[in-house]
Amino acid sequence: MKLRDLCTILLLLPCVLQAATTAITGARVHTVGPAGTIDNATIVITDGVIAAVGRNVNIPAGAVTIDADGKIITPGLFSAMGQLGLTEVSAIDGTVDGIQRGEQFSAGFDIAAAYNPRSTLIAVNRIEGITRAAVTPTGRTEPDDFGNVSHIFSGLGAIVQLGDTADPVVRRRAMMILHLGAGGGSLAGGSRAAAMLQLRTALDDALDYAGHKSEFESRNRRDYSLSQADLEALQSVIEGTTPLLVYVDRASDIEVLLALADEYKLRLIVGGGAEAWMVAEQLVAAQVGVILSSINNLPASFDELNSRLDSAALLADAGVVVALGGDNSVQNYNARNITQAAGIAVANGLTWELALRAITLTPAELYGVADRAGSIEIGKDADLVVWNADPLELTSYPQQVFIKGESVPMQSRQTLLRDRYLDWSNSLPPAYRH
Amino acid sequence: MSLRTSVALTIVFLLSVACDDSAKLSSPDADAAYASRYQALPASTTLLRGATVLTGTGERLENADVLLADGKIAAVGSELKAPDAQQVDASGLWITPGIIDVHSHLGVYASPGVDAHSDGNEATAPNTAEVWAEHSVWPQDPGFVTALAGGITSLQILPGSANLFGGRGVTLKNVPGKTVMDMKFPGAPYGLKMACGENPKRVYGGRGVAPSTRMGNVAGYRSAWIAAAQYRDQLAKFGNGEGEAPNRNLQLETLAGVLDGEILIHNHCYRADEMAVMLEIAKEFDYTISAFHHAVEAYKIPELLSSNNVCAAVWADWWGFKMEAFDGIRENAALLDKAGACAIIHSDDEIGIQRLNQESAKVMGAAAAVGVDIPPERAIRWITANAAKALGILEQTGTLEKDKMADITVWSGNPFSVYTTVERVYIDGALAYDRQAPQNNPVTDFSLGTAAATGGAK
Repeated sequence: MKLRDLCTILLLLPCVLQAATTAITGARVHTVGPAGTIDNATIVITDGVIAAVGRNVNIPAGAVTIDADGKIITPGLFSAMGQLGLTEVSAIDGTVDGIQRGEQFSAGFDIAAAYNPRSTLIAVNRIEGITRAAVTPTGRTEPDDFGNVSHIFSGLGAIVQLGDTADPVVRRRAMMILHLGAGGGSLAGGSRAAAMLQLRTALDDALDYAGHKSEFESRNRRDYSLSQADLEALQSVIEGTTPLLVYVDRASDIEVLLALADEYKLRLIVGGGAEAWMVAEQLVAAQVGVILSSINNLPASFDELNSRLDSAALLADAGVVVALGGDNSVQNYNARNITQAAGIAVANGLTWELALRAITLTPAELYGVADRAGSIEIGKDADLVVWNADPLELTSYPQQVFIKGESVPMQSRQTLLRDRYLDWSNSLPPAYRH
Repeated sequence: MSLRTSVALTIVFLLSVACDDSAKLSSPDADAAYASRYQALPASTTLLRGATVLTGTGERLENADVLLADGKIAAVGSELKAPDAQQVDASGLWITPGIIDVHSHLGVYASPGVDAHSDGNEATAPNTAEVWAEHSVWPQDPGFVTALAGGITSLQILPGSANLFGGRGVTLKNVPGKTVMDMKFPGAPYGLKMACGENPKRVYGGRGVAPSTRMGNVAGYRSAWIAAAQYRDQLAKFGNGEGEAPNRNLQLETLAGVLDGEILIHNHCYRADEMAVMLEIAKEFDYTISAFHHAVEAYKIPELLSSNNVCAAVWADWWGFKMEAFDGIRENAALLDKAGACAIIHSDDEIGIQRLNQESAKVMGAAAAVGVDIPPERAIRWITANAAKALGILEQTGTLEKDKMADITVWSGNPFSVYTTVERVYIDGALAYDRQAPQNNPVTDFSLGTAAATGGAK
């Protein structure tokens, strides 16, 4: 029995929708792939996957056709950093799962088990075009009630798709999160040099453990700075397969990090990068991309003294791979504002095409999931956003979002509230309007 | 000066203001302690020609000219002639009133955001009406300059929201000053920051002192107003030659200033039901609330707000970060506007203040999606005229009307496009910012030698 038939029997409705062939016609399609922008294009979706895209595409018999004449279609947007699905109300401890404090776990903390695809935040953001997200645990320098702070390693993040289909987590252990700079220094005991030493010790321990696992387990090896679970989690990092996403802003910290990554052959992503533009050439040479904090042009700390609004353009001009999404203001509750970050980058010198890429394909590439997401290309998951106008304009809005070929209900807790209070003709109390 | 004399002078000032509304807006004695020592930057007569003009009064003029003379708006219209004026070709550009933020912490939570710069919350007692934000303002905060590059010409600096009464806010003109007095908006009334809800009860409840509940918050406000009313009455009697003058009390002086209509209430209040309770308190003690700030649920009570003539200052889309923010919706300001209430978009943020135009655009987009169309000439009021109204400075600024301060922002295009940049900012007719001449733009002492000093933008 084919997998599709099996799921049709077990889960009738979703599978029927997935199995159907859909054609969306007439739109201007920004593929963000080699085909570039295509006017009056047709996109054919079969089994949730893009089967065809172009101007002269045959629509298969029996396909459901959606007329998108005059609309603009982009790939689904990719939230490159944040805690979507890990936080409901950030001021309420019991709803916050993205932060781990204390010594029990660090690198081994795997966030996927906490991900909640039904979080209020998911619907709010997906109806504004976010279809995939990197879910990245983070740390706190403020101690909890027991005096614990976080470790410089926040643990392992995941890549999720925001649709209603089964298996929202598309890749577990997609990246390892690390804090350096002033934040990392604070977590490590007061100096960024201490954070670097803690990092180096952890990597050395992970390497030693890799070669002496049985000795360690029979207690015939020296003590390590981290638990076995943490050392296990670091194995793919020292092998260079799992990227290390590092919160770091100051130019000198990035330089020290690049040297260490070269020594240990690590795969790096810089997160934040307020002063990354000052070390652009080194980033290019090391082939390290940046998930840029591009809106924050004022120094929150001395690590960001040289932050500037045009850093996305400066980095891109130098040849650095730039994704947008490092600003807190475009994560979590307002991950949807990633389009604003892109628009501001354009206003400050980045090309429109690179700005759209920086919120779609580039983050997918940085995390190694571009085989399924990030652009409108044959064989990729059909994550699409149909916009009424230029997607980077804040007065524009999505009219329909597709995730893995399924149309997402264009409803959230916020639209329900809006509709309730928009209805002024109803004299009954609002509680009766739903 | 004896204490007694100073009390007597205060009384005279309070009484004169109470009797004559216009006194509120006149320039106070420049020699008085803490008075504005604002001096406009050097200005020449300037004629900006051929722009799209949003007047702030709800009008949109195409191919219009704006004449700035003697620091004032001399004329707005078509085919204006002023041969001696500096001529600026503004075709293709848009001109709006200078942008005004009613809720900023620039200078009191200055960048860099280190503990040493945490000067916005005197979180040592739930009522600190005696503190004045201006005494925390660091004029070298680089955020003033970046706000200028975002078109901000006036802004209110408020204390934080830890306390029921956080202290006095101060309205500034966004010009570089060596002291806060150099920046104070001449004649602008003071604000008083109040806070509802979670913050005060969390801060003090966490220490085991009142308030620890919302009802504790309300008891705290009411007790303070009872004391303030007594103080005011005793002062009034003394002014009429009856009884003793009360000992001078900074906290009660500010609260009495509210009861006398001299100081404007700016009330941090998220929930609709709490705003309604605050209006009841205002009714009990006979004062008015100028604006609710962070009014995340204002869209639930537009009639209540408009009938009480109180503005609602809101974010475009901040929501969810605490329980009282859980019901935030992007259409908030648009639904208020549609209902005839006074809607304001505010920042509360050193980054957000740089683009209140874009925050407004988000509201316009969300509203348009449900058939509520707000044109640019209407939306611009949220960050100009309505903000000026809430700050009590609408007679001087906030619209492009003749004889108002020549505070204007010139945009590269429609201000509600994400691609639009601020090209020029004029404050009292002086060119305070010019995107095309970064070498002429201000740089704070703190920013010398950093990227900010090179312009920070291509």
